[in-house]
Amino acid sequence: MKILVCISHVPDTTSKINFTDGDTKFDTNGVQFVINPNDEFGLTRAMWFKEKQGASVDVVNVGGAETEPTLRKALAIGADTAIRVNTPATDGYQVAKELAKVVKDGGYDLVIAGRESIDYNGGMVPGMLAGLIDANFVNNCISLEVDGEKATAIREIDGGKETLTASLPLVIGGQKGLVEESDLRIPNMRGIMQARKKPLNVVEPADTNTKTEAVKFEKPAPKGEVKLIDPDNLDELIDLLHNEAKAI
Amino acid sequence: MSVLVYIESEEGKFKKASYEVASYAHEVAEMMGSSVTAVTFNADDVSELGNYGVNKVLKISNDKLKNFNAEAYADALKQAAEKEDSKVVVLSQSANSKYLAPLLAVQLEAGYASNVVALPESTDPFTVKRTAFTNKAFSFTKISTDVKVLGLSKNAFGLKEAQGDAATEDFNPNLSDEDFTVNVESVDKATNKVTIADAEVVVSGGRGLKGPENWGMIEEMADILGAATACSKPVSDMGWRPHSEHVGQTGKPVASNLYIAIGVSGAIQHLAGINAAKTKVVINNDPEAPFFKAADYGIVGDAFEVVPKLNEKLKEFKEKNA
Repeated sequence: MKILVCISHVPDTTSKINFTDGDTKFDTNGVQFVINPNDEFGLTRAMWFKEKQGASVDVVNVGGAETEPTLRKALAIGADTAIRVNTPATDGYQVAKELAKVVKDGGYDLVIAGRESIDYNGGMVPGMLAGLIDANFVNNCISLEVDGEKATAIREIDGGKETLTASLPLVIGGQKGLVEESDLRIPNMRGIMQARKKPLNVVEPADTNTKTEAVKFEKPAPKGEVKLIDPDNLDELIDLLHNEAKAI
Repeated sequence: MSVLVYIESEEGKFKKASYEVASYAHEVAEMMGSSVTAVTFNADDVSELGNYGVNKVLKISNDKLKNFNAEAYADALKQAAEKEDSKVVVLSQSANSKYLAPLLAVQLEAGYASNVVALPESTDPFTVKRTAFTNKAFSFTKISTDVKVLGLSKNAFGLKEAQGDAATEDFNPNLSDEDFTVNVESVDKATNKVTIADAEVVVSGGRGLKGPENWGMIEEMADILGAATACSKPVSDMGWRPHSEHVGQTGKPVASNLYIAIGVSGAIQHLAGINAAKTKVVINNDPEAPFFKAADYGIVGDAFEVVPKLNEKLKEFKEKNA
């Protein structure tokens, strides 16, 4: 089985978010970038397939040279080959279109992406990719087994879960549950050394067509002071929730 | 030309979010000088949609669509959009809507903006405000395609009553076997439990509760308030509560009316995920807990003393106001 894991290069979850150039660009100054958490769960599940079922695992990112350390980290975790499509990621459709070409050229059976990136939260790349290459698609995937050509996946739904079956090729929008947090791997020294020698292929973009554009950013208005309530005066809280906040 | 809106239902009944997307679609249609067409799947009575400004309902009744199927639903919506010459398609941000939206966008060659929180800033160019960086920022996104797909964040717009006729028309989309290549084998859903996605109130517990055996008072509060229960990431990582209750950046987003956090310190990832909740209450014995900076109301105190007392007061309040 040939697996491709899509890796988004995103600010660490603890990052302070700021913008520059008149609030039109994300300010990367002082920001630590990581593998998108939703993608990392998928990558770790892919490693399981590689080790237990004999799959190959490639990773791909659409972005500039600055994303290569993130791809190297994926190689250090155990991916075989990295591919970087050499163009800035500007919207979900453009990224999906570039990935579609990589999938077609590489003849992948299974593509695992995160359900969304934690930066732009578009939640569109896995579904659009599936639509563009006419593959089956399971979103919010929390469990995945593959037996030959047939995949069994569990999808989180509002208030429960749903078990689905589909044949390959398949695209997954993955999240925590694909593996547990404790299954995530921190690259060891050997992995890091090996990752330096593994291929990281830079390919030129096929098409830079976009359908949407983030024209401006804004930060939420600063929050007012918290109203502290004495633990011996809980009636006050109930009164505030009922009459002021109209929340109960 | 019309604004198309996907109306979700469960067991034939509309979900609250469906009236919200209908309300939103109505106001977008007013901005564009057009009307609203709703699409329903196996719904019983669609007349209520008229009270939220829906002019026309395309009613789909098809046993093959009994279970949600993203590809088949997307195909049906695509055919409805083409039939109605829709330039804007409005969806909610439920798990199902988020599943089908990108498939629909590809089929309609549409630009898609998710997590939209307000009416379009302008319709020419078509620009919408959406959340980004997990609620740490907003992005104004311009959609340049002829057809646009919008995913409206829950509770971002509210319900607005408006007059529409909801003239009903049966609609039979042409579905092929190709639409049914992902098959539902089983659905595991607690029918008597409020879900985080649909809840008006969410009661959440953190590490401060010391262990899973202490969740009784959280569940009691949820019971009294008709709320969903949730938890912080460490609590789900330690296996005290199921992953499905984990809210925050890598868990579920919360956009309820009221969010009560008990023994949750308020890590930046947690706060990002629950930021869209309208009113936030924190109960924590550490006055320095970051959650106090994000909350509207706070109690500095021991949860094991405060929560049982608060539950009694809430019970009294509910009995009086029943």
